[in-house]
Amino acid sequence: MRSLHASRLLLIGFCALVYFFLMLPLLVVFPISLSSAPYMQFPPPGFSWQWYERYLDDPQWIDSTWRSLYIGGATAILALALGVPLAFSLVRGRFFGRIVVDRAALAPIIVPHIIFAVAVYGLFAKLKLIGTWYGLVIGHTVLALPFVVLVITAGLRDFDRSLEQAAEGLGASRWQTLRKITLPLLRPSLVSAGLLAFISSFDEVVVALFLAGANMTLPKKMFDNIMMEIDPTIASVSVIQILLVSVVLVLIGRFGRGLKDSAR
Amino acid sequence: MFSSRSGFWPALPALILLLVFFLFPVVRMLGFSVEAGTLDWYAKALGEGLYLRVLWNTFEIALLVTLFCLLLGYPLGFLMATTTPFWATMGFIFVLLPLWTSVLVRTYAWMVLLGRNGVFNRMLMEAGITSDPIPLLHNFTGVLIGMVHVLLPYMVLPIYGAVRKVDPAIPAAAAGLGASNWRIFWRVWMPLTLNGVFAGCVLVFVLSLGFYITPALLGGGRVIMIAVLIEQQVREALNWPFAAALSAVLLAATFAVYTLAQRFTQPETAR
Amino acid sequence: MAARGGSAELLIEGVGKRFGDVVALDHVSLSVAQGELLTILGPSGSGKTTLLKVVAGFETPDGGTVKVGGTDISALPPARRDIGMVFQNYALFPHLSVKANVAFPLEMRNVAKPETERRVAEALAMVELAGYEARLPKQLSGGQQQRVALARAIVFNPRLLLLDEPFGALDRKLRETMQLEVRRLQRRLGLTTIFITHDQEEALVLSDRIAVMNKGTIQQIATTTEIYERPANDFVADFVGESNIFHGTMSAPGAVTLDGGRTLVVRSDRQAGAKVGVLMRPERFASGGTNQFAGEVIESVYLGTSFKLRLACEGGLELLVRQPARGALPAAGAKVAVGIDPEAIHVF
Repeated sequence: MRSLHASRLLLIGFCALVYFFLMLPLLVVFPISLSSAPYMQFPPPGFSWQWYERYLDDPQWIDSTWRSLYIGGATAILALALGVPLAFSLVRGRFFGRIVVDRAALAPIIVPHIIFAVAVYGLFAKLKLIGTWYGLVIGHTVLALPFVVLVITAGLRDFDRSLEQAAEGLGASRWQTLRKITLPLLRPSLVSAGLLAFISSFDEVVVALFLAGANMTLPKKMFDNIMMEIDPTIASVSVIQILLVSVVLVLIGRFGRGLKDSAR
Repeated sequence: MFSSRSGFWPALPALILLLVFFLFPVVRMLGFSVEAGTLDWYAKALGEGLYLRVLWNTFEIALLVTLFCLLLGYPLGFLMATTTPFWATMGFIFVLLPLWTSVLVRTYAWMVLLGRNGVFNRMLMEAGITSDPIPLLHNFTGVLIGMVHVLLPYMVLPIYGAVRKVDPAIPAAAAGLGASNWRIFWRVWMPLTLNGVFAGCVLVFVLSLGFYITPALLGGGRVIMIAVLIEQQVREALNWPFAAALSAVLLAATFAVYTLAQRFTQPETAR
Repeated sequence: MAARGGSAELLIEGVGKRFGDVVALDHVSLSVAQGELLTILGPSGSGKTTLLKVVAGFETPDGGTVKVGGTDISALPPARRDIGMVFQNYALFPHLSVKANVAFPLEMRNVAKPETERRVAEALAMVELAGYEARLPKQLSGGQQQRVALARAIVFNPRLLLLDEPFGALDRKLRETMQLEVRRLQRRLGLTTIFITHDQEEALVLSDRIAVMNKGTIQQIATTTEIYERPANDFVADFVGESNIFHGTMSAPGAVTLDGGRTLVVRSDRQAGAKVGVLMRPERFASGGTNQFAGEVIESVYLGTSFKLRLACEGGLELLVRQPARGALPAAGAKVAVGIDPEAIHVF
């Protein structure tokens, strides 16, 4: 190790402050969620589970949580079902217009969400899909598709194709090769892609604001509550959401492709 | 797997979804803006003082957010890329954790921190630094803080990647040749990581342009960015043609930035 | 080109393949006899790997046919060709155990469980890996991985065994052991085998016959001794072994006048006036001999069993000579005289 020069120490000190800035909101939410005060107060005067109890006792919160969970699950499944074959085409296909398809697959993350949300709101209002859970799944799948495509194409590019040739040479049909060799070896990428698609739906606010109608998802319910009143119940919901997302991230780290790989 | 000659068919279901539920609704909506056969709505968006101010606001905030993200993000990305693996992993966790925490949660926390009776103001008042709460929320400052916080990871990650790609022997050689740390940074690190800086800036700027949640909540109706204006036009004014014209402007700006960015980076990243 | 003895098990006729403007295979024909080990030797880019892929079915040729045991397999997918192949990087399935890897081809052929068990055990015993069934490929050494790949390629009694530079990743000592082992196994099972390599030494050690490839064509196909002693052209002479190659004209029956002016006595029935190439292997020089060369040492290397000398001789000839390592290594500038008999000179 090189000795730490003054400039290096300065850099570390500055970064410590930036990290503090990054973590500050998360650090504030935890104590507030455990506050015994009847209203927003910081630092909290005492400890209590009351805001968690209020969350658990409110059928609206619980309903919206369940709705977000199954919409996220359905989105992950649909995005994988559509995105994985698309990724195969993009990496292995040699057809006319492949570049166009490639751009189209990533377009939903380039176009600002508000534009997509308003546009799909206009269409779904005509189709009477506002307030349906499957309408939201469709909207969220469009937004999750690029994540799936990015992660799976990265996985496929690193894939050693001689393994597939070996399998075919040893007598496996294309379908058997896909089932026994390709997909099992791609599993880390599939896990990452699926979980990313799930989180992207579970956290999504803008499209849900327009499409959810009276059937709120968790983020929409939170948004409305924040708009109306600053109630520490939100803090407890936030903590639960942070924990849930952390669990998903740990799952990705454990069973998926490295986060550093899928970060870009 | 799929034969190298075609391989198009597996893409079809996803393409249909994108065509029917992405491209079609967006094009349909944008079409509303010229329904009357004139460009009046565009004239209004780009000509009337009130809306021009919103566009300018949006642009200014996006620019400032990008600048602050760069100032905070470069040191962070640089440190993460040049430290030991253990600290790099820790650094990653603390950048990714906020990134994956709901924007709502983070925005809510900032409201708690910055509000009139928020943590900051209480601390300042208890310390006797001020007697009245400083307005930090529902104004430009609040939106800026919230957005920098949300978008900072998007700046850090590309810069981290760029710094990692630099062969550590190069700055070491510069040091061996007698360059000071300061000169090594400006003459070696900066030019070699410019691509990552550029990518991060483009990403943050474009995301800022279309940002909705943070300005909607932290702006409190006083700081209007274009995304908030679009939402208001659709939900409150029910003025679809105008919302469509604003969307077209936002979309054009987004694509323009991306196109310019690609023009600039292509020669360097030619593969 | 008929195969030596036996019937042609593998017959390749007029196979061509282009990648854009690059001709990878230019009407290649060859045959391999039942139980024979044929090596395809060539530098990278010579088309040898493409030829192997055509045989295995991973590459579709632009023209020509591939027949195994008399039936045309050109149109069959790889899965139905019954060809065992060992890949350059072994291509072991990383998520499957050694046992599951070796059982894979049997499973694909719906072989019954007990039969599979028996044959996997047999194949693993053959490559001396009994007891390693439960391991994953990454828990094995390079040599062991290669044995697994070999067991997997032979366990289903393929018609043909293809080896694609399988020893490239092994260190020298292990490589030699594995070469002998593969040869022993191939003989014992009587497997018709095609072996691909760019290493001429390896080719000489292993093969019954060698096909030397360059730029998509077969330069010469012959037994190992013939390839070494009587190469068909410059390329083969240069690629296989160390060589001194010169060009000249037959000045009289049994005499070649080199382009530099020097005349050599040779054994050749080529007509006077014919343009010919002349090959002299470095180790064929002795102190005596019909053709004498006196020269000055430019460079000398001690190789343990021999000295390798580079000599500048009269007439601008530069010779590479190997001498048994006896006495002191001649220093640069030393005068050395060597000779070679007509029988040791190959004219082509």
